[in-house]
Amino acid sequence: MSTPTAPTGHDAARNEWPLWEVFVRPKAGLEHKHCGSLHAPDAAMALQLAREVYARRQEGTSLWVVPSSQITASDPGDRDIYFDPMEDKVYRHPTFYALPESVNHM
Amino acid sequence: MSTPSIQPGRDPAVQYLLRLGDFCLIHAQRLGEWCGHAPILEEDIALTNLALDLIGQARALLTRAGQVGHERGAPAAFDEDQLAFLREERDYLNPTLVELPRGDFAFTVLRNAAVATWMRLMWTRLQASRDAELAAIAAKALKESRYHEQHAADWVVRLGDGTPESHRRLQDALDRLWRYTLELFEADAVDEAAAASGLGPRWADLREDWHAAMQALLDEAGVRAPATGSHVTTGRRGVHSEHMGRLLAEMQHLQRAYPGGAW
Repeated sequence: MSTPTAPTGHDAARNEWPLWEVFVRPKAGLEHKHCGSLHAPDAAMALQLAREVYARRQEGTSLWVVPSSQITASDPGDRDIYFDPMEDKVYRHPTFYALPESVNHM
Repeated sequence: MSTPSIQPGRDPAVQYLLRLGDFCLIHAQRLGEWCGHAPILEEDIALTNLALDLIGQARALLTRAGQVGHERGAPAAFDEDQLAFLREERDYLNPTLVELPRGDFAFTVLRNAAVATWMRLMWTRLQASRDAELAAIAAKALKESRYHEQHAADWVVRLGDGTPESHRRLQDALDRLWRYTLELFEADAVDEAAAASGLGPRWADLREDWHAAMQALLDEAGVRAPATGSHVTTGRRGVHSEHMGRLLAEMQHLQRAYPGGAW
């Protein structure tokens, strides 16, 4: 490397803007759902670009952007101990009730 | 070219509408050139979305121009495609500013900011047009222009306030572009007729608000507009720069080669 003092790390090495995760709320009353990610220099521009990339076909009424670096994810290696024990516990699902129509987004 | 050209006539109301329609159309044509060339993928989509908004506005305005021409004595109502693709260069009435080559990204976002601000002011006033159709077009387009203005202004500030290179490019763009903005506020008989009939404001009526908005933006970006000379460009009278012919050749090619072609 010709500039050994330059910042290393993935983003810096490729001279890329930070990554943002984008959440769209499809309509009032529903929750925001993760729909993808994009690169942007800061939050304000991330919002505008999210509008262009993820909301240009009337997908939403509200947008959130979150720096991807702020998300703490579970370790794929922990999948067995995290999720498998839930397999045989059907009684934890509210499937034994008839839900009224009006709450069909539960 | 195999398809004969149309002549939209010299009616002032039609000319007023064509000026606005061509303003949007030619601006969109230049923005479309960024497709596949923007500095980042997301901005590529943003610029082409913006161009599509402008084409939508141009379609509505040209359609209305064709109808008004017919109402006011033209033998036939030209449709949007005829007006967009089958006129001679002299019958396009966009201000010269929007036919200039797209330049670098700084030039593009600065021109976008200048045009979107102008459009926002124009649409705001046109909502009160005595032509109900035009008022409805304005109400819809205003939201689009407000977003275009916000997006472009955001970039202008970033470039002005960014690296030495981005600042220099923005200042260069401003030095090159500023003199073309004089034409956006020229008064003439077409404008007077529109103001008198209640069709819409004189372009000159937007001058003060536009300058205030642009001055605030340029201050924030830390760049300075050059002094303007006395030369005013004449695109909206149909007398264009050397760049217009090539732009039209590309824009009209398909419709001239395949008359009435549709997707």
